[in-house]
Amino acid sequence: MTDFIRLAGITRRFTSAPSLTERLAKRLTGSKAHATVVHAVENVSLHIAKGETLGLVGESGCGKSTLGRVAAGILKATSGQADIDAAPVMSNGKKHTTRIQMVFQDPFASLNPRMRVGDTISEGPLAHGLITRAESAADVTRWLEAVGLDAAAAQRFPHQFSGGQRQRVAIARALAMRPDALVCDEPVASLDVSIQAQIINLFLQLRRDLNLTMLFISHDLSVVRHVSDRVAMMYLGRIVETGRTEDIFKAPRHPYTRALLESAPRLAADGAPVQDIQPIRGELPSPINPPSGCAFHQRCAYAQERCINELPVLRPSGDQREAACHFPLEG
Amino acid sequence: MSDTLLRVRDLATHFSTRAGLAKAVDGVSFNVAAGEIVGLVGESGSGKSVTGYSILGLIDPPGRIAAGSVKLDGEELIGMPHARLRTLRGRRVAMVFQDPMSTLNAVLRVSTQMQLAMLAHGKPSAGDMRQRSLAALARVGIPDPERRLEAYPHELSGGMRQRVAIAIAFLNNPALVICDEPTTALDVSIQAQILVEMKTLVREAGVGLLWISHDLATVSVLASRLLVMYAGRIIEEGPTAEVLQRPRHPYTRGLIDSMPSRAAPGQDLVQIPGATPSLTNLPSGCAFRARCAHASAVCSTAPEQTFEGARAWRCHHPMQALAAAPGQP
Repeated sequence: MTDFIRLAGITRRFTSAPSLTERLAKRLTGSKAHATVVHAVENVSLHIAKGETLGLVGESGCGKSTLGRVAAGILKATSGQADIDAAPVMSNGKKHTTRIQMVFQDPFASLNPRMRVGDTISEGPLAHGLITRAESAADVTRWLEAVGLDAAAAQRFPHQFSGGQRQRVAIARALAMRPDALVCDEPVASLDVSIQAQIINLFLQLRRDLNLTMLFISHDLSVVRHVSDRVAMMYLGRIVETGRTEDIFKAPRHPYTRALLESAPRLAADGAPVQDIQPIRGELPSPINPPSGCAFHQRCAYAQERCINELPVLRPSGDQREAACHFPLEG
Repeated sequence: MSDTLLRVRDLATHFSTRAGLAKAVDGVSFNVAAGEIVGLVGESGSGKSVTGYSILGLIDPPGRIAAGSVKLDGEELIGMPHARLRTLRGRRVAMVFQDPMSTLNAVLRVSTQMQLAMLAHGKPSAGDMRQRSLAALARVGIPDPERRLEAYPHELSGGMRQRVAIAIAFLNNPALVICDEPTTALDVSIQAQILVEMKTLVREAGVGLLWISHDLATVSVLASRLLVMYAGRIIEEGPTAEVLQRPRHPYTRGLIDSMPSRAAPGQDLVQIPGATPSLTNLPSGCAFRARCAHASAVCSTAPEQTFEGARAWRCHHPMQALAAAPGQP
């Protein structure tokens, strides 16, 4: 299997300088004010094969959106490199390719409310010379139809559409750039259940028709399980487990993965309610001051001395699986 | 069924909009008993939140409660004088909203906000208030309540803020608590903590709980009974397990089948075609008929409620038993 998308040692930190009052206060006490550093993504390496969908799962603040933006080339990594088809996604701090595009969570925020949908869709391909102005109307129709919208939609404004339709427009805009890969950041999280199913089906169909490679970011385990070939679990800036979707859901190796699966509300196979969910104790630690050793050790039921002192690295843990845990769970 | 705490009958809440009259709630009836958790499920625009607000009389123009009756412990709330209603809100009935940042006052310490909630309904002493506040915070699983009491909302995480909002709701030992999507904005692991704590709270305090949500799976963790709303009406209700395992209304079935866990991975999900109809322009008869695979000519007349044991539905062509999902453990 060749890697189509390759993320190598991605680290992204956000630094905010101390405020004036903080600096003054510190000066009065004679100490030095330090910048706050958020460790959003720490040394993450991932690969996605051509045509494959990798689900990236984690809770808010784990760095999954930051990682997605780095992969899509719209955010510069502090260190490490993102490649697509063996070429860097960014060079000299600028996005360098149109082959990877992004679909965002909120179609109310990601579409320009003052632009007609047709112009929104054709703006990118025109700017990059992928189509000529004479071709643009036919091109817009093509992509609107590909996402299940009527050609007449091109003349309308975003506010004239429902949330599900807007997300279709956002997908059409991404596809109009003829990408080989999509980064989808929680693309169905703000949609109603019945609309969510329509958009998930659209992704499945587009992936088949266009052989798209996808990084699918979501906090929703059942959605990720449904669309992904492989899954990467993220916790506080690091990947804690990767593997084929069914392997991970059937027999998680990392205690965080298992705990998350057990805490998610779900229905049994026969539709029966599952009322004995098992919550994870405690809260997500701060990425400003991450805990020593394994970042999950304060919340982990299996943590031992070693977990407090030593950072576990991703190690092979079965066929095409890796887990970053000193005491991985068995089968 | 134990004593009925809340009795809602033929509730209708209408909004006059430029596009016409929107019947957000259109003839809703249900009961909540003491100690019971009832789940009110529906998609955006189904009228589930407006139902919750209507119970508390929190409907402002252009909305108005057009008809119906809401009785709490036998006392009619619709048309009740504002002064009397204010003595009930926060004491007999409390509400928890989706976004704790918009319900908590950003410039007041947690302790002050809890004191205000108690002073609105009595004259407890400072020591008494502190004790009750600490107990309430501890009851919702807040570690180190003494320290949190002095915190401002922005110093707390989203989960902690929602716990504070829940603690305030339970401060005056209400008989009924209405929760409007209180865990929707929270992470999976924090949501699970709050769901479990909520169950314990309801059991210990014996309150009636109306849990409003768009998420069937979340509701099913808590609720013993489900009400499914569509376009302002309750189209199906019954014990949670029965409704989920043997839905009778095609819309309920569609909602369940469209969950990703109901299909084999990678296979197309069952989808409900179309979108929720506009409330100002509802079709005659069954509002779901334009999206329903089973619709026939008779569906242009409004279906009456059919009762069967503890269950009820409004459909001319009710479904039979639900088949198990393929390919899932």
